[in-house]
Amino acid sequence: MEVVLAIVIGFLYGGGLYLMMRRNLIQLIIGLGLLSHGANLLIFTAGGLRKGGAPILAEGEKAFGAMVADPLPQALILTSIVISFAVTAFALVLFLRTYQTVGTDDVDELKETDS
Amino acid sequence: MTVLPSLPITIPLAGAVLCMLFRRNIRVQKSIALFTSFLILLTALFVFSATKDGTIAVMNVGDWPAPFGITLAIDMLSSVMLLLVGLLAVGVSAYACFDLDEPRMEFGFFPLMLILLMGVNGAFVTGDLFNLYVWFEVLLTASFILLALGGERAQLAGSIKYVTLNLLSSALFLAGIGILYGMAGTLNLAELAHLVKDGARGDLLTMVAIMFMMAFGIKAGMFPLYFWLPASYPTPPAAVTALFSGLLTKVGVYSMIRMFTLVFESDPEFLHGLILAGAGLTMVSGVLAATAQYEMRKILAVHIVSQIGYILMGLGLFTELALTGSIIYLAHVIIVKTNLFLIAGAINRLKGTYDLHKLGGLYVERPGLSILFIISAMSLAGVPPLSGFFAKITLIIAGLRAESWSIVVVALGVSLLTLYSMTKIWAYVFWKPAPEPLPDLNPMPKGKWFVFLLPMVGYTVITIAMGVFAGPVFDYASEAAAQLMNPQSYIDAVLGAG
Repeated sequence: MEVVLAIVIGFLYGGGLYLMMRRNLIQLIIGLGLLSHGANLLIFTAGGLRKGGAPILAEGEKAFGAMVADPLPQALILTSIVISFAVTAFALVLFLRTYQTVGTDDVDELKETDS
Repeated sequence: MTVLPSLPITIPLAGAVLCMLFRRNIRVQKSIALFTSFLILLTALFVFSATKDGTIAVMNVGDWPAPFGITLAIDMLSSVMLLLVGLLAVGVSAYACFDLDEPRMEFGFFPLMLILLMGVNGAFVTGDLFNLYVWFEVLLTASFILLALGGERAQLAGSIKYVTLNLLSSALFLAGIGILYGMAGTLNLAELAHLVKDGARGDLLTMVAIMFMMAFGIKAGMFPLYFWLPASYPTPPAAVTALFSGLLTKVGVYSMIRMFTLVFESDPEFLHGLILAGAGLTMVSGVLAATAQYEMRKILAVHIVSQIGYILMGLGLFTELALTGSIIYLAHVIIVKTNLFLIAGAINRLKGTYDLHKLGGLYVERPGLSILFIISAMSLAGVPPLSGFFAKITLIIAGLRAESWSIVVVALGVSLLTLYSMTKIWAYVFWKPAPEPLPDLNPMPKGKWFVFLLPMVGYTVITIAMGVFAGPVFDYASEAAAQLMNPQSYIDAVLGAG
């Protein structure tokens, strides 16, 4: 399972970076989205894939009897999904506004502040 | 359990919420922002006095014991950073009250500024890696909006670069966190340090360290990852640029110092050598880029990059004296750089331009402003007896003691070139006669103009004071550096407190 996910993550990173290096603003934002999905899946995979039960202790128990799933990576991913949702929403508005003001969606045309 | 470490976060949050409640009333917002900034400074002073004897203030949020919940921990480095944030907050919000245009205030400059301060403070106090990521995102989101607020063409073009590269850095940071969690099973900084000390995981740890170096390097503006900085920083109004230059890159540097003294110290030969090489290249490329510029804000913005190089040099040398130098340099550069941006903003307010070719003769017209500028500029270049001199000499002595001759040569050379850039601004803007007389756009009466200049006077006094009282400053910084070099005290304070 780890191998499959590793390949998927690799594709997400590769695709994300490829799209980010394109000149189109829309492709840039899709690339950013893919990149954050890749990072989320990476946390999920690195946190350990286990087919255990839910990590809930019954009353009176002090330790888990069997191997349980680790809830923390999921909490981390949830937080980072929310953050990347907000940031992507902002980026979309920013890009739309840029398109309206500058009149182009070509990143190469935005080089006036570079020098 | 003490609530003290959480105050630097909750106070700006409360201020921001209050500001949003008075969304339509700019005057109320101004007073809330100023009042909150003073409160931030006061809390920072309080925290400073509570930690200056070397105790580490620890708070376990929600009373979850240390490695399980989120820990806030303030050591001496954190508290000096909090103090600087407080000083910056007061000065910049006072400046913004006078300088910023009405539409930007109406669209929420003050609440955003306070949220930015909350994020910065949060990054300085947290003792948990994922929490650090969250604070980064908080301050980044606020900074995205502040940067684009106003929607001018150059601002939007700059924002796109800033947003894209910072999101890339966040993705790298997050991936690093994921792998580190997979290795250690914890994200508490103290426990990470503890685990890394116990079992060497060698190569994988080095790889994760490099991911963090890249992530923080983008945010800090380290070579070769700094190209977003000169493209975006000069675009917004002076108050925003001053705030950014003082705080944002410094959060990146702070995080790098924190991670590379606490967690990634297993392979200093390679990792810190890499940082040292990066530091040298950062210094050189920043200062060379400045020589080609003839716009005041751009010169100052690329100089941020070369100053970052000096701070990283201390981390790269990785001795107690070098870290002392880094801490003094951090304090010095935050104050001086902010001041220079504010002064540049004041000049723009007077003359309506930042262009070195169009400006001139300001020394005759505004001797007071000129003196403020020259003191800060000389301090940045490292002329004694100002703060920059003592910061640089500490770093250079540390370099000589570590026998890293090449970085010492680079640091001295870059220092000369900094002097060149600063005298260039001085000669063009203040000394040479104005090519064609520009009308004085400043509608302020004399008394109000003096109040407007107060933050700059304050920062200049701090620069001089840091030079005059270099002894106590050095003593404090060297104790803070000693704390960084012996992470055991941090680990004990955090894990023992549960």
